[in-house]
Amino acid sequence: MTFNYDEYIRPGKLPHIWCPGCAHGIVMKSIIRAIDRVGLEKDKTVIVSGIGCASRMPGYVDFNTLHTTHGRSLAFATGVKMADPELNVIAVAGDGDALAIGGNHFIHTCRRNIDITMIVFNNNIYGMTGGQFSPTTPHGRLASTTPYGNPDYAFDVVELSIGAGASYVSRSTAYHAIPLERQIADGIAHKGFSVIDALCTCPTTYGRRNKLGNATEMLMWFKDNTVGVKAAEKMPPEKLEGKILTGVFKKEEKPEYCDEYAKIIERVSAKG
Amino acid sequence: MSGKEVFYQGNEACAEGALYAGCRFFAGYPITPSTEVAEFLARRLPRVGGAFIQMEDEIAAMAAVIGASLVGKKSLTATSGPGYSLKMENLGYACIAEVPCVIVNVMRGGPSTGLPTGPSQSDVMQARWGTHGDHPAIALAPASVQEIFTETVRAFNISERLRTPVSLLTDEIIGHMRERIIIPPEGELEIWDRPRPTVPPEQYKPYDISEGIIPPMADFGSGYRYHVTGLNHDETGFPTNKPSLVQPEEERLMAKVTENLDILEKHEYTEKEGARIGVVSFGSSARSSRAAIGLAAEAGIKVDFLRLITLWPFPEDAAVQMADKVDTIIVPEMNLGQMIEEVQRSIAGRAEVVGVNRADGEPITPAQILDRIREVA
Amino acid sequence: MAEKVRQEETEVAQYEERKIVILPRHCKGCEICVLLCPASVLEMKDFKAHVARIEDCTECMLCEIRCPDFAIEVYQSGKKGKAK
Repeated sequence: MTFNYDEYIRPGKLPHIWCPGCAHGIVMKSIIRAIDRVGLEKDKTVIVSGIGCASRMPGYVDFNTLHTTHGRSLAFATGVKMADPELNVIAVAGDGDALAIGGNHFIHTCRRNIDITMIVFNNNIYGMTGGQFSPTTPHGRLASTTPYGNPDYAFDVVELSIGAGASYVSRSTAYHAIPLERQIADGIAHKGFSVIDALCTCPTTYGRRNKLGNATEMLMWFKDNTVGVKAAEKMPPEKLEGKILTGVFKKEEKPEYCDEYAKIIERVSAKG
Repeated sequence: MSGKEVFYQGNEACAEGALYAGCRFFAGYPITPSTEVAEFLARRLPRVGGAFIQMEDEIAAMAAVIGASLVGKKSLTATSGPGYSLKMENLGYACIAEVPCVIVNVMRGGPSTGLPTGPSQSDVMQARWGTHGDHPAIALAPASVQEIFTETVRAFNISERLRTPVSLLTDEIIGHMRERIIIPPEGELEIWDRPRPTVPPEQYKPYDISEGIIPPMADFGSGYRYHVTGLNHDETGFPTNKPSLVQPEEERLMAKVTENLDILEKHEYTEKEGARIGVVSFGSSARSSRAAIGLAAEAGIKVDFLRLITLWPFPEDAAVQMADKVDTIIVPEMNLGQMIEEVQRSIAGRAEVVGVNRADGEPITPAQILDRIREVA
Repeated sequence: MAEKVRQEETEVAQYEERKIVILPRHCKGCEICVLLCPASVLEMKDFKAHVARIEDCTECMLCEIRCPDFAIEVYQSGKKGKAK
């Protein structure tokens, strides 16, 4: 028995536009399996994206899908969710879309704790425009606009989300596609704003320029260079040098925005 | 008009008009001199089961409005010049994705932060050409508090019926001025809703124009799953770059305006027999114009008056009618000359056109306009 | 599970109850499946994934889970998978 993606894929829309070896397809499959795992009703699910490679994902899947303007997915998603809190709202974005042009929307959606699940397809680069550095490109790395090495320092999506007030924050990788699926499902089921930092790869515009190997080697790098956040607690600091922590970093029950607004409606609507 | 009599500020009348039209979602960001629209709706929307949200910026507010409209809620945002600039990005999205929504711009002086507390009419060309690319533009310019109410209702009606964003351009004068207005009882003003699909979901194509150029629009969550994008798209809503599909789509978006002039055009033409001078004005400048025309009449000078209520699409026929009759058209506007260019373009040399312009944050006075009338008489 | 009705060409490899289906039109030849397969079941052929030794397949699903292109389906023989 195999997982039947066809149930969620719009007929005739595959193959997708992503390059050979691009890990976005792996993350997309994890999202589909997660939605299936939680059992969301297709008619009651809205997937919102901005602009970029990752943001093409909603076009392939059979839900209410909204491909918006660059960086604005969460702002559109907020309108959708407030207009009908019964809808399940999932936002997908690349790292540039989510954190550079959409950075302001990102932190404020965290702060509001509105029940939206955000999956950041974090491949450290602007792929669609040909490999310019993004807010998650590590210091020193090469990109078409950092030909002498990136002078910037990267955002840590997890720390940023926690700092801004998201109530569910996790990180996994395209190599760890099953834990990623579990986290996404967990994030969807969580009431509040959930951020899943999905580390993935861009062999074409990032890997090649930085000599990170082929698509498989880039995936395997995640296997060798990540440590589960629970395991890391028991490890000496020298062993964690250069490692990326994965797992669930925050899961907090706190008042959700639409619930709070519903209380206001209930309190004042009697006044007419 | 029967109804409830209130003493309202223009911005409050706008918010009340939105509720009357069925608006149930507002997203905004504080900005002078429009903030009272948001404040009013923050109080009133939850009482009718609607939702108000103050977003992190104007871009987000416009985005949220489109998101809510896709779920089927009539949605509004209100702003002023600097915020209107930020709305432009997603206003273009609403044009191409054909999502109804209303954007209020209480105009103040610019460019940039300009004169936050001073009135202006300097965003009228931005309302036409502000977002990039070819796009339809509809802008209404009421001149009184009562008219702000009724034009807000009309803005929603047009936006819903044509599935396109509509701008309501007021200014700091009428936005903050208080007048006695009548709120008509429910049902007195006609309310239009967007066309919704009559076919079952499996047959639904979100941009199917076989029944007319305004495709029926399904609400997200209602069982019609479809794709919405800001990319050029085909009738199924999915992106296309086929030249044979892209240009017809662009032309159809424009045709939504040009083929619906009967519901869009609105102006008042006040004619005086034998007049050789005409005035074309709108918004609060039209109030000064009317006063000046009255003073001119007392001095024995006859002046025709074309008051634009719909600015975009511009009523070319009415302008030509005036130009064929008079020698000179005066265009008073609180800017350094914007609508005057549209008047000149429309009448194509049939009459001389002169402006009365003011961009110092003070209203154009009747005396200023009267002086110009005397000059050309 | 009922056999899927495919509009497109498929390459089916079967060994007893085990089955691997490749959709050549979806495959972009990234080789992730070939390089990750611990039993060397897959090979590249004409720049596409190809099932060379299905009898060695351990049904670990690594290739299917990490195929970014929805181009491989592994039908496990022993376990009850998710019924759809």
